[in-house]
Amino acid sequence: MARVLVLFAHPGQRHSKVNVEMAKVARGLEGITFVDLYADYPTFNIDIDLEQARLLEHDVLVLQFPIYWYSTPSLVKEWQDLVLEYGFAYGHDGDRLKGKRLLIAATAGGDEQAYNPQGRNHFSFRTLLSPLEQTANLCQMEFVPPFVLFSASKAALDGRAGQHLGDYRAILEALRDDRFDFAAARHFDVLHHDTLPIQGATQ
Amino acid sequence: MNGFVFQAFVYLLAAVVSVLVAKRLGLGSVLGYLIAGVLIGPVLHLIGNETEDLQHFAEFGVVMMLFLVGLELQPRALWEMRAKLVGLGGLQIVATAAIVMTIAMALGQVWSVALTIGLVFSLSSTAIVLQTLGEKGLLKSDGGQASFSVLLFQDIAVIPMLAFIPLLALPELSQHAEDVAAASGGHASASLVDGLPGWQVAIVTLAAVAFVVIVGHFLSRPIFRIIAAAKLREIFTAAALLLVIAIALLMSVVGLSPALGTFLAGVVLANSEFRHELESDIEPFKGLLLGLFFITVGASIDFGLLWAHLATVLALTVTLMLVKAWVLYGLAHSFKLQGSDKWLFALGLAQAGEFGFVLLSFTVQNAVLPPDLAAVLLLVVALSMMLTPALFILLDKVILPRFDRRQAEEADEITEPGSIIIAGLGRFGQIINRLLLANGHKTVVLDYQADVVEGLRKFGVRSFFGDAGRPDLLHAAGLPSAKLLVVAIDDVERAITIVKHARRENPKLHIIARAFDRGHVYRLYQAGADDIVREMFDSSVRAGGYALTALGMHPYEVEKSKAVFVKQDRWGLRQLAPLWREDVEVFNNAEYIARSKEIGAILEAAMLGDRSALHDRTDRGWTPPGARERPDEEKTAG
Repeated sequence: MARVLVLFAHPGQRHSKVNVEMAKVARGLEGITFVDLYADYPTFNIDIDLEQARLLEHDVLVLQFPIYWYSTPSLVKEWQDLVLEYGFAYGHDGDRLKGKRLLIAATAGGDEQAYNPQGRNHFSFRTLLSPLEQTANLCQMEFVPPFVLFSASKAALDGRAGQHLGDYRAILEALRDDRFDFAAARHFDVLHHDTLPIQGATQ
Repeated sequence: MNGFVFQAFVYLLAAVVSVLVAKRLGLGSVLGYLIAGVLIGPVLHLIGNETEDLQHFAEFGVVMMLFLVGLELQPRALWEMRAKLVGLGGLQIVATAAIVMTIAMALGQVWSVALTIGLVFSLSSTAIVLQTLGEKGLLKSDGGQASFSVLLFQDIAVIPMLAFIPLLALPELSQHAEDVAAASGGHASASLVDGLPGWQVAIVTLAAVAFVVIVGHFLSRPIFRIIAAAKLREIFTAAALLLVIAIALLMSVVGLSPALGTFLAGVVLANSEFRHELESDIEPFKGLLLGLFFITVGASIDFGLLWAHLATVLALTVTLMLVKAWVLYGLAHSFKLQGSDKWLFALGLAQAGEFGFVLLSFTVQNAVLPPDLAAVLLLVVALSMMLTPALFILLDKVILPRFDRRQAEEADEITEPGSIIIAGLGRFGQIINRLLLANGHKTVVLDYQADVVEGLRKFGVRSFFGDAGRPDLLHAAGLPSAKLLVVAIDDVERAITIVKHARRENPKLHIIARAFDRGHVYRLYQAGADDIVREMFDSSVRAGGYALTALGMHPYEVEKSKAVFVKQDRWGLRQLAPLWREDVEVFNNAEYIARSKEIGAILEAAMLGDRSALHDRTDRGWTPPGARERPDEEKTAG
């Protein structure tokens, strides 16, 4: 059993269609720690010691958020700036996160085709998240290919939302139960319904 | 009764008019009082021979002034002054007396008369010098401190002089002296220690001093606390006066200088939380009495005698002042006073003093000086005091400008770093004070509740008992040079008064004010406050936030909602400000009510997210593209 921590960040939950449902899934799973960062830190006064302790108590960190301007909502950046301290997460003696794994679970507004050199967004989704990937590298964590829902605002209409929620549940359970195939995952740029590296998956 | 009222009318009118005119012309209040005295006395003859009695009464102003000076002086500071006090003060008296004595003997006086004149003229005027230095804010400068040391030593030296001078009596004057002594009560009034052997006098004297110190240190606080708890301001004032008068009386009885005794009491109370309150209670009495004293000096000039001996009196006065200034300048040099401080010291103390009057009448009573000589010397003393303001003007206009740059550099060292005054130490002021202290600032805190002040002093907070609504108390707390004033009291009208007064006194001051409600906000703004905080607003918003969270709203939504609410409310406040009228009750102000309703509707719309009506939306920037008119696919999703 791996210990899984889900840090959920969404500043506009009133209007959320998929993320809040995903959060409910995560919150409802046994053996998984779920944290709503915007609920715990509505004034951005992050408790650094508490957050570091949480990281140490878990093996897998899942950051779940909607993509804002090709990046995270601002509180996640604040969390990185404060919690991933020198001497803790990186730098001299900063190896407390070594060997842990980081999975990004994001929703994006644009469709998959927009995220490539010829598309409207000019970069692949994975490339755009390279700051987070390098953050994981510096912290000696394994960066798992991000789990993405593209065209998220349309997902509720075309039925992909329900599918995505099921996949999210499957991924979290697989991480928890050590059935997530990290080796297979490395072959993919991003993870979605068609590229789930889960052992014994029947979907 | 009518006579008394008329006299009071004449004195007060003369004082008000002359001092205002003198101030306008930049001459200082002392010269104004002196001129007022000359006008109503020798010139217009509006007052008669009550002047002399009044003068003895008014000399009590000096006693009060020394009490106030003592209050400003911590015991440690007094101890650090000891070298200056004895060195400067002692040498000044000895050197001046010796030179004056030599000149007097050269002019044909007997040695005993010459020595007496030397002693009388060696004294300077505590009243004029301290009053003027205080007015000019020079008391804390090196020159001011040196002047103060000398004046204090002179006040002490008067006592042995009073004991010594009778030994110089001239046999041929004795008969006359007895007549005079019989006629007037005299200053050498019988004291308790008369006729006691020396060692007993010493014991009584020491006991009296110890009594003042012990009572001042241990008993005054509980007594003042009880009086303060009664919340009767005039009784506190009466108690303050009683304290000063009781000490003066005790000192007279044991044959010590009342001025010295009250000064000592002031030093003992300098650490007390009642210091500022005592200061502001005594200050007006001191000011009026000193003013009266200066008026009587002006009024007592005998112009008939002056015209008769004009050349002599003028020559003697100028010589005296030159001698004194020369001695003082030499001392300033050897005690390493710098630049303008040297001149301040030399010119400031160049006059003879009010103790000269006392000593002169004392010498006549004791047959030491012939009466006609004493009358001329009296003129010299008065004239030199009249000329002192002129010397200060000379100092201001001619000498100080040369040292201006130097002084500016030195000023940084002398002045204390930017002071912060917090008026009111209730629930509101305490929080502010704690936050400021926690960030390393020094504050001066004023509150009218003695128990609160007492309690906070135990925690090391520099708090003082007193009604912050009183301008004089704020002044004593350092208003003229303060950087920041926090008006944290819960009295609506007094807060307005304080803000208005503070703004007038110190235009550069930053004022933060606690407001009761919207109307109060508008009035405080008009009064000149910079930051105005409604006392219940922020805490109520926080409580409202907890209510929303408890009702299931997401904490971050609550934060956003609070932020919009605060912003909208403050916007509404600004919208309504021009419609608010001090003379019209809000409930009768139709315009205000109408606009208030409109703003209420806008606020509600803003909170509920109706885009058309508002400036801010709680969710601007975090709404998904689907909820907006213009899809922005990249920005948000989910």
